[in-house]
Amino acid sequence: MAIPAERRMVDATTPRPARVLSRRREAEDVWTLAVEAGPQDLDAAPGRFAMLTAFGVGEIPVSYSGDPAAEGRVIHTIRAVGAVSRALAGLEEGAMLGVRGPFGKGWPLAEVEGREVIAVAGGLGLAPVRPAIRRLVARGERPTLVYGARSPAQALFREDLADWRARGVEVEATVDHAGPDWRGHVGVVPPLIARRVRDPARTVAFVCGPEVMMRFAASALLEAGVAAEAIHISMERNMKCAVGLCGHCQFGGDLLCRDGPVAPLARVADRLHVAEL
Amino acid sequence: MSSDATTGAALARTLAAHPLMAGLPPAFLLEVEACAAPAEFPEGARLLREGAPAAVAHLLLSGRVALSVDAPGRAPLTFQTVGPGEVVGVSWLVPEACWAWDATALGPVASIALDAVRLRDACEADPALGYALMKRFVPVLLQRLHATRMQVLDVYGDPG
Repeated sequence: MAIPAERRMVDATTPRPARVLSRRREAEDVWTLAVEAGPQDLDAAPGRFAMLTAFGVGEIPVSYSGDPAAEGRVIHTIRAVGAVSRALAGLEEGAMLGVRGPFGKGWPLAEVEGREVIAVAGGLGLAPVRPAIRRLVARGERPTLVYGARSPAQALFREDLADWRARGVEVEATVDHAGPDWRGHVGVVPPLIARRVRDPARTVAFVCGPEVMMRFAASALLEAGVAAEAIHISMERNMKCAVGLCGHCQFGGDLLCRDGPVAPLARVADRLHVAEL
Repeated sequence: MSSDATTGAALARTLAAHPLMAGLPPAFLLEVEACAAPAEFPEGARLLREGAPAAVAHLLLSGRVALSVDAPGRAPLTFQTVGPGEVVGVSWLVPEACWAWDATALGPVASIALDAVRLRDACEADPALGYALMKRFVPVLLQRLHATRMQVLDVYGDPG
């Protein structure tokens, strides 16, 4: 029997309790929580997001940094910068949090088979890109990753970066500044992009990071010949209801909680330069 | 990118193939070649030293170079790495300039070393050559300015 629309809306707007299975530190202020999965989490495709509640503090949107369908648990990576994110990042094993979701549109993984994928991520932007790369690698593809971080100590998922390299993924990591022990690139992400685009007509790009970085990365991809329709960026705005009702995350004609967060550059490029948005 | 630039003919070919010199008319290439010589550096070698006269710039052919600054009481801080197809040293564009940073080979490095004083003199004598080279070096400066601004903005830092 089909679930009535009213019931689906109540389900989507009411946090359900979930238990923290483990917590691990990724960087100075970044933590990864493994949370028990429910049946609905199987829809948590890479690039989508959940609304997480720290009880008594508040609720924020957090992307999935793992693949519940493959791992049997939900992974969220959180940067402790505000009251809610600090409370969530501080949850120990066994603690409870509230979960709504999955919400939104993720990376178009089904459409990229047989094409060259270049993922461009900056800072915490690697979190929503991580499950996409994992899925691509699992199905035998060899994407390219260009990843920028503030410093070597702030680089996330270092074990994954090493594992992906071992599996043939071209990983170019760069940091804004580094000491003498760092053997990777130092500098910003955009100049590293052009050389990694070998066949622009066959290339699809996934871009996620601070919006300033994404604008410059998108410009570099366009200059390298990648079509705007083939560049997908993950936008971040003030998601509140997450079901397309409240309008807090409106971005031009889109409500990003429903129509994003992942959107083709061709659709949103003009709005990226509108300060009011 | 080939680093076999040890003969005159090979140097000319390698120079012409360097991205920074792409499309430079043959007559200008000859003038640049007159200021060029192949160079190689082992890991750890200093290509440029902060405060030294900006006399020799490098077009990188292979290997990577760290641009860094020393500070008392702490390890050298690297703010940019450059690799094949890129240039190490742009301060030479300004007469009497000194290098602002250290440049250190992160592994074996091959380059085309440019006698910057001679090249600047050649640009003074032939403004068309000077303008052609400016059109190649100014985009490098702009790209580095944009990159520096992004680093200064600390876009990966606390958004609050």
